[in-house]
Amino acid sequence: MSDEKSAHYVAPVTEAAPVTDAVVVSGKPASLWRDGWRDLRRRPMFWISLAVVALVLLMAAWPTLFTQTPPNNGCELSNSNGGPAAGHPLGYTFQGCDIYARLVWGSRTSLSVGLLATLISSGIGLIMGALAGYYGGWVDAVLSRIGDIFFSIPYILAAVVVMTVFSQFRNVLTLALAIGGFAWASTARVVRAEILRVRQAEYVTASRALGRSRFGTLVAHVVPNAIAPLLVLATLSLAASIVAEATLTFLGVGLGGDTMSWGNDISQAQSSLRVAPMALIYPSIALTVTVLAFIMLGELIRDALDPRARASR
Amino acid sequence: MSAPAENGATAPILSVRDLKVAFKGQDGLREVLHGVSFDLYAGETVAIVGESGSGKSTTATAIVNLLPGTGRVTEGSITLDGRELTTLSRREIEHVRGRDIGFVPQDPMASLNPVWPIGFQVKEAIRANGIAQSRDAVKARAIEVLQQAGLADAEKRLHQYPHQFSGGMRQRALIGIGLAADPKLLIADEPTSALDVTVQRVILDHMATLTRERGTAVLLITHDLGLAAERAEKIIVMNNGTIVESGPSRAILENPQHPYTQRLVAAAPSLASQRIQAVVEDRGLETMDDLADIPPTVRVAGLTKDYKIRQGGFRSEPFRAVDDVSFEIPRGKTLALVGESGSGKSTVAKMILKLEEPTAGTIEIDGKDVSRLSNAQAFGLRRRMQPVFQDPYGSMDPLRNIGNTITEPLSIHGIGDAASRRERALELLDQVSLPRTLVTRYPNELSGGQRQRVAIARALALKPDIVVLDEAVSALDVLVQASILRLLADLQSELGLTYLFITHDLAVVRVSSDLVCVMEKGRVVEQGTVDEIFANPQQEYTDRLLQAIPGASITLGGGGS
Amino acid sequence: MLSYIIRRLLQLIPVFFGATLLIYALVFLMPGDPIAALFGDKPPSPQLLAAVRAQYHLDQPFLVQYYYYILGVFQGDMGTTFSGQSVNEVLSRTLPVTGRLAIMAIGIEFTLAIIVGTVSALRKGKIFDNGALVVSLVFLSMPIFVVAFLGQYFLAIKLGWFRPTIGGQNDWGDLWLPAIVLGLSLFATSMRLMRGSVLDTLNQDWVRTAYSKGLPRYRVIPVHVLRNSLIPVITNSATNFGVLLVGATVTEHIFNIPGVGNTLFQATLKHEGPTIVSFVTVFVIIYVLVNLLVDLLYGLLDPRIRYVR
Repeated sequence: MSDEKSAHYVAPVTEAAPVTDAVVVSGKPASLWRDGWRDLRRRPMFWISLAVVALVLLMAAWPTLFTQTPPNNGCELSNSNGGPAAGHPLGYTFQGCDIYARLVWGSRTSLSVGLLATLISSGIGLIMGALAGYYGGWVDAVLSRIGDIFFSIPYILAAVVVMTVFSQFRNVLTLALAIGGFAWASTARVVRAEILRVRQAEYVTASRALGRSRFGTLVAHVVPNAIAPLLVLATLSLAASIVAEATLTFLGVGLGGDTMSWGNDISQAQSSLRVAPMALIYPSIALTVTVLAFIMLGELIRDALDPRARASR
Repeated sequence: MSAPAENGATAPILSVRDLKVAFKGQDGLREVLHGVSFDLYAGETVAIVGESGSGKSTTATAIVNLLPGTGRVTEGSITLDGRELTTLSRREIEHVRGRDIGFVPQDPMASLNPVWPIGFQVKEAIRANGIAQSRDAVKARAIEVLQQAGLADAEKRLHQYPHQFSGGMRQRALIGIGLAADPKLLIADEPTSALDVTVQRVILDHMATLTRERGTAVLLITHDLGLAAERAEKIIVMNNGTIVESGPSRAILENPQHPYTQRLVAAAPSLASQRIQAVVEDRGLETMDDLADIPPTVRVAGLTKDYKIRQGGFRSEPFRAVDDVSFEIPRGKTLALVGESGSGKSTVAKMILKLEEPTAGTIEIDGKDVSRLSNAQAFGLRRRMQPVFQDPYGSMDPLRNIGNTITEPLSIHGIGDAASRRERALELLDQVSLPRTLVTRYPNELSGGQRQRVAIARALALKPDIVVLDEAVSALDVLVQASILRLLADLQSELGLTYLFITHDLAVVRVSSDLVCVMEKGRVVEQGTVDEIFANPQQEYTDRLLQAIPGASITLGGGGS
Repeated sequence: MLSYIIRRLLQLIPVFFGATLLIYALVFLMPGDPIAALFGDKPPSPQLLAAVRAQYHLDQPFLVQYYYYILGVFQGDMGTTFSGQSVNEVLSRTLPVTGRLAIMAIGIEFTLAIIVGTVSALRKGKIFDNGALVVSLVFLSMPIFVVAFLGQYFLAIKLGWFRPTIGGQNDWGDLWLPAIVLGLSLFATSMRLMRGSVLDTLNQDWVRTAYSKGLPRYRVIPVHVLRNSLIPVITNSATNFGVLLVGATVTEHIFNIPGVGNTLFQATLKHEGPTIVSFVTVFVIIYVLVNLLVDLLYGLLDPRIRYVR
């Protein structure tokens, strides 16, 4: 160290002169997806939510694996408010219906509407948002205004109106269309923002300079890089669609009154809330846990694929 | 000031001993500073020089306990005028900041809160450090601070917001804030790196005047060795968290002893440019006449580009980004297009690359007018002309591996099959001196310099004649930059390439180019061979740019490489 | 600033027309006899039929009908309900109720979101933060009617702190339970947004500059962190308005509050097409106004918007 102002200090040279910018790579090639997967794998919450999601999907696809009671079984009033019994672990409702069986069969309704509605809203949202974000100009102006119009009407209220008008056609498809046909607007906004962000990137300019057409660049570079948030959005959308179906059925404008749906269960149990709260609480738990699992999955995937988080790993 | 020591010499105002800093990561502590020691005396300016990752900024921020994120001082001592700083409580260090130690950060746009007026942010500093209390006294002092910082109309400026100031003005405000309480020590962390080079010189001159008047000690952090030598009496060179050499600026520049310092001195463009200057002036200048019989590959005439900028209401005004630009690039030579921000140089590059349509003017490649081509014709043209862009971190699709990135031009133009393309990718990696194993790796696994080599490999895939390098080395560290420039020079002579080199750094131009074209506000100010321009600039703007190169005022005694 | 507001207004006008047209179309342009859609399964008397035909210009092309309707809206005439009351009258009765509920709920939502979000961000990774994230996740997953029922069951029935249904007595003090329910179900998104925003702001360079000036922590956080972090949360509240409306509707239904949402819902059950259209039009108008208000607020908070070049 220098004790005087003019001393010239030179550190001891310990190693051979290092090569400038030496290449240091190890392990397997790390693409975004592989890195993300490696991170997800390590988190216990990921496996838990995945398990719950898998369970619910299984329940929806093969209900008979879980309960022997057929759908729309004879709800016998004699069983009214009965406690748990063999093969009916959660007891009976006020009308004497098997709570557990209704839970199991209800999952199919919730999931089918949810998946279909998400497909519709994500599909429309992706196309509208991508075109608006990428081409800009008047395409953007027109598509964004259309999106704004649909956005200004809360999609549940719009679905209420639609389902009332179509009250003769209450089935899974119409309900999914009613929900998805209005819910796409928020997906489109997020997609548009993502596409705008990616579009600024220099690799997009580079792709154009190399000779790719605008559309070619959109497909080859912009969309794949914007897909990660879309995946997250899809899981969150699914969660929201499930809630939408339950809310609409609860309000009485969703699927018919005798359909096995968690929303119906809750709606029917509200009149007997004081005496038989469990008939309302069990379906509520089922609904909440399912939605929770999807949301959690979505958030974990988002954290795993976030490039900023990658940098700090 | 500083208390005299026993032997009669004054004690240093800042004394750092064996400083160690570590960051807490997922796998425990990671040490980034491995025992740094130095002294700073009152009134002295000392510069810490290093590349990114050297630890220079970490050292600076550690002194005032402003380490980012999870950084901690793990060992060592920092004393300011005899008072130990590492053991202070939070309240005590808040007291020291601003009052005893001022801090001037980099990147003026991000360093000022956008939602509060400048006056508010200056007054805060004044009040917090007890300079003035009453509203009028505080306001008066704030106006004084801004005036001393060199801002005209200081009173009006108090009510304005950061985004209404230019970059230089913001930096002046920050310097003013740093010096508002007349601290004993001013730490300036790359204070002008984000500014245009002519603005840099003015700001640094001003800062030097202010600190000299008040006798403030200055710790200047910079990556530019020339700048450090010009502004500081003493230089400390850091690499990988340790000090490799330190001493008087002269000594470091003329007689660097550590191998790392020697490489830095050899590679620093501002210093290299001076050395070349000296050599060339001895052997004679290359002039335009010498190049006259080489046919031009690229010829640009009367190139103009207008944009429509939307003004507040609903009007839009035309904005002329490029105004009647003409130049020629002889085959196999390098022409540098130099200018500060807003000069229009990047727009010219975009037009040549056919990413933008010129409003007027012609572009000729090998005698053929290509300014207005159909898409199909432009497609064919692109095989002969390839770009390398500035941002090594952004110019590659993160989802594609290196091999696919390099061969993308081949697949777009339908050349060869998968096997031959793969072969070509390996060939290209060899040409840019990268190991072949990288072909399956991804961009995020490489450093900036390595990515830029990949970008160059991609540009060479189609065996072009012309390469447009748009600020291709501006984002790289000095030593890496030097190696990339060497690579580019080797490739040029091997493959007979013609380069259009866009840059804002005149010093880099000296070491890399044959011809130079200086642009300001869309127009060509001056052009000629590099030798001519550097020896005899004709225009005042060019002269100003040359004078602004950091280290321009140092006369090297012929030492160095 | 003025040009910014004007530009936003111009953008919102087509939204207003588009949305009202859309709803109108949904209700009236359906296949089948529009009268049937209007009345559902109740066959109307001939006189009422003729009156309705005349009122809605049903013998005219669709767009003309829409034109008359919009004309009516601008003149303040929103039509009549089937029970004979004017929609304006119904609105003047129900809007204040929903207004009170909404204001209380938003107050609870923002207070909780800002405080919890900020503390969470400042103590990132610690117990409070993890707890807040878990709790908000649970509320995020519970549909509003589940929260409402849980609130009704535990707080009203079991603990008896509030009345389980509200009914006619619905002044400020009576609406605490539904406001808490609505506020809690909304606060989850806002709290997470606030937390994220504060975390982002803490990393900004200007925060370091503030500390380097010698400012104490208790000044830096409110002045240089909170003020900036609020901006995205506030702009988001405009887009969140739809969620608020739906939540209010469900809450009013469960707690039997005679507000706008509940009235709309009842009208839907009774297939009262015209009333539906009128009410949804009102919602769209309110949405447009709220958006303008939030944009104004955004302009006040972020000076960069005010001085767009």
